Amino acid sequence: MAHNSAMTDHPASRSAAFWLGVRALLPMHLGVAPFGVIYGVVAMKSGIPPLAAVLMSSIVFAGSAQFLLAQLVSLGAPALMMVGAVGVVNLRHALYSASVAPLLARLPRRWKLLLSYLLTDEAYAAAIPHLLAAPANSVGHWILLGSGFALWAGWQLATLAGVVLGAQLPEGLPLDFALPLTFIAIVVPMLTDRVRIIVALAACALAVALSGLPYKLGLFIAALGALALGAVLSRRRRP
Amino acid sequence: MNIWLVMAACGGLTFLIRLSFIALEGRYRPPSWFVVLLPFVPVAALSALTAPELLLAAGEFRPTNPRLWAGLVAIGVAAWRRNTLLTIGSGFAALLLLERL
Repeated sequence: MAHNSAMTDHPASRSAAFWLGVRALLPMHLGVAPFGVIYGVVAMKSGIPPLAAVLMSSIVFAGSAQFLLAQLVSLGAPALMMVGAVGVVNLRHALYSASVAPLLARLPRRWKLLLSYLLTDEAYAAAIPHLLAAPANSVGHWILLGSGFALWAGWQLATLAGVVLGAQLPEGLPLDFALPLTFIAIVVPMLTDRVRIIVALAACALAVALSGLPYKLGLFIAALGALALGAVLSRRRRP
Repeated sequence: MNIWLVMAACGGLTFLIRLSFIALEGRYRPPSWFVVLLPFVPVAALSALTAPELLLAAGEFRPTNPRLWAGLVAIGVAAWRRNTLLTIGSGFAALLLLERL
């Protein structure tokens, strides 16, 4: 397997890089598709007009934020509060932005705008191990385009199905578990040294301890705390 | 309240958050403590995103939560074989098995 991933981590052409990104994201659709269908159903129940519910998937394009919006609309929350809540929920994407920024530094502006629009949890997770494995690869950004596009297309179809068809999901199949499992498959191989293992464990502990905070703030603070710990530990080792 | 205006504002804000550091790159010199943090972002952020899915069931930690043990199986398989499909397959198999116990 190591031999296999070593080959695919250095795609030589644009299309090879694009499809590498698509393939890395595909397993997540097992979890994302039901999530998207449920969003469509929840959005319909909240009273959002069907066209707005469908287009929200490309205008906002952020799963948990879209669920939150549907919920706040049904509660009749004030507009400013909705925008603020969505901003807080999506704060963690700034971390992804900081993480990929050095890797995208040389791209033209239109590429930076497009890849920013596509920078979700899933697309970032699927692409980042490959991007870091070959940071100087001149076609590396096509990996992120592939994973970003694959998630975008699947999310549009799933949320559309939810809005148009309503909930018709197989009961009892825990498909949503595909998402954490794919993240495990991505993170565990990245735990290559003691500091990274400690950072991962700290992030897990903090995220669970802070899970009561609203708007996924616990997740964001946990990531920041674990990052700070990582910086302190790595400085101590290499002064 | 106009839903279209709210959606446009939410979409614009989400996009700006995602664009933030990508747009700033090259226009400022990030402090050294910030650069030291960056290699840990994937591990820290994705761990924080995933841990509650495994460790909490309906907001509470329960040692009998099948997802906790299925997740540990998947972590073990991922560490052992470093293979995505094998990790997902073993995690699913473990969950389906444990849910039937």
